[in-house]
Amino acid sequence: MKRRHTRPAPLAGVLATLALLAACGAGDDRSDEDGGGGVSEVGVSEESVTVGAHFPLTGVAAPGYSEIPTGAQAYFDYVNAQGGVHGRQIEYLVKDDGYNPTNTNTVTSELVLQDEIFAMVGGLGTPTHSAVVDFLNEEGVPDLFVSSGSLQWGDDVEDKPYTFGWQPDYEIEGKIIGQYVAENLPDAKVGLFLQDDDFGEDAEKGVRQYLEDQVVGVERYTSGNTDVGPQIAGLQASGADLVLSFNTPSYTALSQLVSLKLGYDPQWFYSNVGSDPDLVGSLLSEFSEGAVEGSASSLDGVLTTEYIPGIDQAEDPWVQLWQKVWDEHGTEGELTNYRVYGMSHAYAFVQALQAAGEELTRDGLVEALEEVGQDLDGPQLAPFRFTADSHMGISGLRVVEIKDGGAADPLTPVLVSDIGDAPIEEDTSGQADDAPPEGGVPE
Amino acid sequence: MTRLRSWWSEVTLLRHLVLAAAGLLVVVAVLESAGDFRSLQLASMAYLGLAAGGLTILTGLNGQISLGHGALMAIGAYTTALLLPDRESSTPLALVVLAAVGATLAVGVAVGYAAARLHGPYLAGATLALAVAVPGVALFFKGRLGGEQGLRVVLPDIPEWVLDLAFFVTGQELTRSRYVAYVAWLTLVVTFVLLANLSRSRVGRRWRAVRDDAVAAELAGIHLGRARVSAFTVSAAAAGAAGAMMAITVRLAAPSGFTLNLSLTLLTAVVLGGLGSLTGAIIGAALLTFLPQVVTGWGTDAGLSDIRAAELAPLVYGLVMILVILLAPSGIVGTLRRLAVRRTRGGPEPAPPATDAADPAAPSSSDALTTTSKGTSP
Repeated sequence: MKRRHTRPAPLAGVLATLALLAACGAGDDRSDEDGGGGVSEVGVSEESVTVGAHFPLTGVAAPGYSEIPTGAQAYFDYVNAQGGVHGRQIEYLVKDDGYNPTNTNTVTSELVLQDEIFAMVGGLGTPTHSAVVDFLNEEGVPDLFVSSGSLQWGDDVEDKPYTFGWQPDYEIEGKIIGQYVAENLPDAKVGLFLQDDDFGEDAEKGVRQYLEDQVVGVERYTSGNTDVGPQIAGLQASGADLVLSFNTPSYTALSQLVSLKLGYDPQWFYSNVGSDPDLVGSLLSEFSEGAVEGSASSLDGVLTTEYIPGIDQAEDPWVQLWQKVWDEHGTEGELTNYRVYGMSHAYAFVQALQAAGEELTRDGLVEALEEVGQDLDGPQLAPFRFTADSHMGISGLRVVEIKDGGAADPLTPVLVSDIGDAPIEEDTSGQADDAPPEGGVPE
Repeated sequence: MTRLRSWWSEVTLLRHLVLAAAGLLVVVAVLESAGDFRSLQLASMAYLGLAAGGLTILTGLNGQISLGHGALMAIGAYTTALLLPDRESSTPLALVVLAAVGATLAVGVAVGYAAARLHGPYLAGATLALAVAVPGVALFFKGRLGGEQGLRVVLPDIPEWVLDLAFFVTGQELTRSRYVAYVAWLTLVVTFVLLANLSRSRVGRRWRAVRDDAVAAELAGIHLGRARVSAFTVSAAAAGAAGAMMAITVRLAAPSGFTLNLSLTLLTAVVLGGLGSLTGAIIGAALLTFLPQVVTGWGTDAGLSDIRAAELAPLVYGLVMILVILLAPSGIVGTLRRLAVRRTRGGPEPAPPATDAADPAAPSSSDALTTTSKGTSP
């Protein structure tokens, strides 16, 4: 009873205060704008430039992916040891998001608002990064070389002016795989094994442009659910003798194990993301608790794609550079394809910094990348597609067969394309044959 | 002095309002000195505290265990996300929060009805099923609920009068992060006042009676089922508000944010802070929010690699949990309160501690199970 009588009193008090405040009209004073920039950019000083990234360092996605930032760090250390870029040392902060978008949000806020990074470089994952991409663009933080092939990083520059992709998007990968199959395996009955998010969707869009009539079955799995038995059985029942798989490494291992159990033996074609022979080999023996002896040769005979040279090509000048960098500045462990991936995008970031010039600003960096992006040399086999209208990453890849204990044997030349119905063409830029500059630091 | 104390303990509503006002002052003081990132951290602390507060009422006062509060938060968060799809959405924030609470309340009633028939591990099992099932629903209705990638939440522009008011009071520009933190803490304070009042009322006494001895409570004329359902519903509503706050803080509602882990985390916050105590819920939430970052910071400072430093956080978290269970089984607040009681009893003052005296239904064993709404200082 008492409550009902006392309640309005404080409320009335609050209202009265509000009315009083409104009457004072203090709002006029609230008009100070930012100084308009110019003096110094966030995260940049005479001596250093601070960048950051989010990666899964713990949790289910950590195997493999947690090695990417160690590679990038090693390359930044290598550049710093040679004096940095325009006299600035690159400081690289890595935060663990455990591949959980909620955490990605927290750590990205920490990087941007507390650590005051100049740019995000190589943040990993489609669901994770899409949780923060709007925030980064609102804050005007350059968001370079997202470690994911989703289309959304580059296809709408107006909406996301600060975000740039890096690896070939899943749609052109799907298109190139589709065309290869249509031309070389025209009688194959094709089954699709897809991750049930942008990854699988974009890829399916690409594949179906070329293979609409050959597809006999489509199965999807939800990332996180480790039982893929029904999906593989479904593919088997559909009679598919060629399975195109767009999945992460763990699911490559799982799909191999399940099809062993079911006695299903199609030709497998894994997209680049899920086809690292070393990682899949170790996952195979881990998941089967030793029942299957996993090694780098476990994937021999499998088809896949590649867009940067991997560690199996020891005589490639880029791989030689990465090996040298890793020997000089690496932490524990061997050079792996994931570390090569990290070094490759670190290399592209150093190029971007150089192109942006001495007076480093966030907008300047974005403009520089839009201007010179298509002409950048680098380990990628095909050029970037960066212009003022597109922030899509590497434009092409080649189809390879894994054999002889994990080595990639090229089946096609480097093929380039773009999203939508752009044709697939042989690359003429000669990007695949270039070599790093003398000192290993871009000029 | 004694008289003042006993007067203070009798004017429940006034006491709660005064404490809430003091809490709000502390919130303003802290947030005005905090940067953008700290503000967001404090906002996360507020939503964890809100959900933990709801759970501590359910578990501490009514003796029901819920492993499904993360799922209830998801319902609040998804409701918020559906109502705030883009910047042009015209629903005022207050209405959005109320809608989130309403939706969760409805689910709470339904689950509460089932839960009222169950006890102990069976109830835990049933709510566990909820925690596992709800993220699956979001995956199944991919078109509407965004599947694995979830739904973005776009906070509407801050109303002009709020900006003016904030500038007038604090002399500082109100940033978005600080605005979110204010909204979250305001929601927390309002909810906690309501919860504290409720737990001191006849309803709260019934809940305790049911918890302590179901048969005795029934003999005294209390409808067991009704008491249990009402406790679950109230607790769910708090979780719904927490979900709404989480959605606007994180700007995303995705299944991966509402795994079983979240439900267990909430239970951890309650146990760490002290079962049944709203202050304990806030302390637990503070530990969960700040501990991982602080520990990772130590790791990096000690020269560990990023990966090692990241792995340190779960380790220390587990150790703290084990230590609290071993050394302070009634949680941090419970232990502090017991120490205070022991000192008072040993001293010249004959009166029993005020909180117990004010609560006729307090169990004679008098653990940490009385409830007061303390301030909200982090």
